[in-house]
This record gives sequence, structure tokens and C-alpha cells, in this order.
Amino acid sequence: MTRFKTPKLLITAAVVYGVIQALYSLGIINGYILHIINQSLIYVILAASLNLINGITGQFSLGHMGFAGIGAYVSGTLTTLIFKLNPSIPGSYLLFIVAILAGGLVAALVGFLIGFPSLRLKGDYLAIVTLGFGEIIRTVFNNIEYVGGPRGLLGIPKFSNFTVIFIVTFLSVAVIRNIIQSPHGRAMLSIRENELASELVGINTTRYKVLSFATGAFFAGIAGGLFAHLLQLAHPTQFGFSKSVEILIMIYAGGVGSLTGSIVAAFALTFLSEGLRLGIRALADATGLPIGGEWRMVIYALLLIFIMLFRNEGLMGTKESKVILIEEAD
Amino acid sequence: MPALMTIQGMTHYFGGLRAVSNFGCAIQEGSIYGLIGPNGSGKTTIFNLITGIYKPTEGKILFDERDITAEKPYKIVQGGVARTFQNLRIFSNLTALDNIRIARQSSEKSSLASSILRTPGFLGEEKRIRKESLDLLDLMHLSDRAGEMAKNLPYGELRRLEIARALATNPKLILLDEPAAGMNPKEVEDLMSLIQRVRDQFKVTVFLIEHHMKVVMGICEYIKVIDFGETIAEGLPTVVGKDPKVLEAYLGKRGA
Repeated sequence: MTRFKTPKLLITAAVVYGVIQALYSLGIINGYILHIINQSLIYVILAASLNLINGITGQFSLGHMGFAGIGAYVSGTLTTLIFKLNPSIPGSYLLFIVAILAGGLVAALVGFLIGFPSLRLKGDYLAIVTLGFGEIIRTVFNNIEYVGGPRGLLGIPKFSNFTVIFIVTFLSVAVIRNIIQSPHGRAMLSIRENELASELVGINTTRYKVLSFATGAFFAGIAGGLFAHLLQLAHPTQFGFSKSVEILIMIYAGGVGSLTGSIVAAFALTFLSEGLRLGIRALADATGLPIGGEWRMVIYALLLIFIMLFRNEGLMGTKESKVILIEEAD
Repeated sequence: MPALMTIQGMTHYFGGLRAVSNFGCAIQEGSIYGLIGPNGSGKTTIFNLITGIYKPTEGKILFDERDITAEKPYKIVQGGVARTFQNLRIFSNLTALDNIRIARQSSEKSSLASSILRTPGFLGEEKRIRKESLDLLDLMHLSDRAGEMAKNLPYGELRRLEIARALATNPKLILLDEPAAGMNPKEVEDLMSLIQRVRDQFKVTVFLIEHHMKVVMGICEYIKVIDFGETIAEGLPTVVGKDPKVLEAYLGKRGA
């Protein structure tokens, strides 16, 4: 007999959505805070998908934002230049979803194309290849006049609102969680733990490394698409190496291999970064000291050093909250 | 009866070094076959060649009437050859249960889509894998460790866990690379009866590398002795144990 299991993740998500929506309509959360929440949610997708590659499968990728860039540019080009969509027309959301999915799929395809040759080899080849990939993709966007070149792709319609972002983030996390907690996810974990042993219990390690990498790239592409339609802009500098490192920092701060950690860290670090910006400005105004916004990065970096010193497994380690874990029947 | 595995003229070079030289054997189904030899004599290399980690420079490996010489390691395992490692290769940061499940599931084919959607078929499959894996842990007297991280288990239990993991792949032939290494005399006794029990219960053929003479002489039905990659003696345990060349390889020349 199968016992009905309460979908904890769905219920939790619905409650969180309801609370934020209510606070916003009551005016307790202003538009600025909601914007940061939106950004945090997109970072959740980026961190969770990179965690699938780095934390679960143990493959070191340094170009995650490159895939987000592909998603942003592909979906942005579709909605802005090809479909010429207008969000005020109700039906246009359907084409927006098509555009976002197309961005994810193209990112996944590119992920497959660069992942397949480099992941067949054992070792850190992926890190080198993805490092190069991130730079190449940035340069490519910079030089395609059709999508704005160095000016970036401007005038992207604003389709990403809180509801859209929340639903897409929820679905992405749920899908990644369901992959991790399945034979496929366990196969990926075994590669992280010991690639040779994994191969010698019958796991096709190349297949799973490529699968994990392409899946991660897909969700990064989705996240990039959401970003472009939130900021109404896709710009080459948004997707460079330093941005990829920011996502890496999120998964290391949250705990490598923990989805819960990725979610917590994406929110914590996005809010921290914004909070520091405001805090430093307030401090400068109050004291008259000549401290500028750039000190934000110094404090941010120091905090990360402290996390790594005193909690080097990240906030969550490899543990998952009960909301993320799927109960198993005995 | 044809042999389960036949190796013919297998030679392997590491650069200019000949690690295995013209190795051959025919392992009968259901037997316990022992491979012994001093350190560095090429025993583990032979296991690595059989499991496809290295490809032999020359020679042929036939398993279950199929040529597996050029096959990929995971295909060889799926074909029915499982192994353990001399220095354990456990998935340390996963639970004992997950260690077994990963090996158990490789034969199953639940698609990525069905895992994402948690279809009834997928859930049934998960249940089956879980139950069979727990049964295997039970057989190895590890059932109370199912939820424990593998890295927290003591050495003797890790050895048993690794054997359980190899058995989970549903093998016809299991290669044990020095299973008694680092065990105390009591554990060695238990291991010997375990290997025999595994052979009888799972109907597997056992191919064993061991230094521990008591284990080799006690349970192997056929023994092959190699030194510097070359076969120096083979036969029944009682015969091999008295062979002067074997004694020389292990103990040195008389009067030297």
C-alpha cells in the first residue's frame, strides 16, 4: 500500500509565495526589496544547477554564467527582435515561455558540445575548458552587432515578474531535487566519490557526467532568460568569469552538494551584497569618511573567508532540510 | 563444461616494463580460483586488465563466451564481472545503503523523465532496488549500518560492504583483490566462510588475489602463482604449496 506523501516542497513554496505577495500588497515590502527577492530567486536556479555539476557530480565548472548568457541572449533575441512581444498582450506569455525554454535548450546543447569531449577525460580538463568557454561566449556577444554588440541587447520586454520567477525557480529546484534523489543522482554522486569505483559498479560515468553538465547548463540558460526579462537588458559583462565565480562562491558558502545550502546562500549573499551597499553609504554619510561602494567587496570577501575558516563545509555541509528531502517508504 | 572465463596469452607493458607476461587461465564456473605471487608480481594488473581499466598489449579475454578484451569497464561489469579493490574504493560520503543501491541500479532502466515526474513505475523500481539492497546488507550483517555514512564504518565492515557492493551488480564472476588485507585472525576466519557462503548462495565464481596463505590454501580449489608477470606454478593447493619455485619466490633461495 502506498501512503500518500505530503508534497512538502510544494506546500512550503506556496506559503512563502503567499507571504511575500501579501507583504508586498500591504506595502511592508517595497518594490526595491521585491526586486532583490526576484534576483535572489534567479540566483537560486544558478546555484542549484551549478551544484548539480560541482557538488553532486564533482566536476569543476568555471563558466556557468556563460550558459546563463546564452539563455539570456537567445530568449532575449526571440522575444525582442523576432517575436517582438508586448507583455500587456495576455497571450504573449506563451511565446515568452517558448523563448525561455529555447534559451535553456540552446545552453544545454552548447553544454553537451563542450562537455562531451572534455568530460570523457578524467581530471580537471573541464575547469580549463569552461574557463575558456566563459570568456569566448562573452567576446562573441560583444561582437555580434545584431544583438547590440558591446552596448548589449536593449529593450527586452519585462516578462519576469515575481510570480513568473517564483514558479520557474520552484520548478527548477523540484526537478533538480528529483534528479538528485533518484538512481541518476546517485550515479552522479558516486562519480564525485570515486570515479573508478563508479565505473566498476557498472555506471557509464561519461554519460552521467555529460548528462549532469548539460542539465546544469539548461537551468543556467533558463535563469539567464529570466534575468534578461527582469533587467530588460542582456549585456556581455553580465556573464563573465567573475560572475561565474560568484555562483561558485554561493555553492561553497551554502555547502557543496546541498540544495538547501544553495537556496540559503543565494538569498543570503544576494541580500548581503545589497545590504552592504546601503550600509556603507549610510556609514559614509553619517561619519563623513571617504569610503566608497567598492569597500562592499572587501567586507563581502572577508565574510566569505570567515565562513571558509570556521565552517569550511559551508553553511549546510552536504545536509538537506526536510523540505528538500524526499521521504522513503520502508 | 566450458570455462566461465578464459584468458589467452595476455601480455601487458607499462612503457618498457613488462608487467604481465603471457598470462593464461581457464576458470571453471562455480570454482574458487586463487592467484598468488610476491608484491609487484603483476596480480592487480591482471585484475585491472580483466575489468578493462587497462587494455592488454597482447592477448584475449573471453568471458561467458564473449570477447571482452576491448570492452569499456562499465560494460564488462554489466556483463557480469564485479570486483573489489586492494585499497578500498568505497563511496565514503554516502550511506552504506546508497553504496549498494548505486551498484544495484546499474542494470535498471528508469528514465530521467520518470524520475523527475516520480511515476508509479519509477517508485516501484526504487522500492525494489531499496529492498534488494537492504537484503544484501542483511546478508553481510550490515543491516544496522544501512543509514550510516560509509566513512564512519570500521575497516572490517568496509571490506564486507565492498563485497556486498560487488555482489549487488549481479555478477557471475567476482574478483576479490586481497580481501584479507589488514584483517585480524578472527576476521580472516569469518572472511573465509563468507567467501564460501557467497559462492554457494549467489552461484558466483570467485577469482581471488591473496597474500594470506591460510586463506588461499584453505578455500581455493585451484591456484596459480606468478612472479615478475610470469606464471611459475599452478595446480591444486596441496601441490603448489610444496613447489620449490613457489617457496623460492616467497622465501628466497635456500642458503642464499
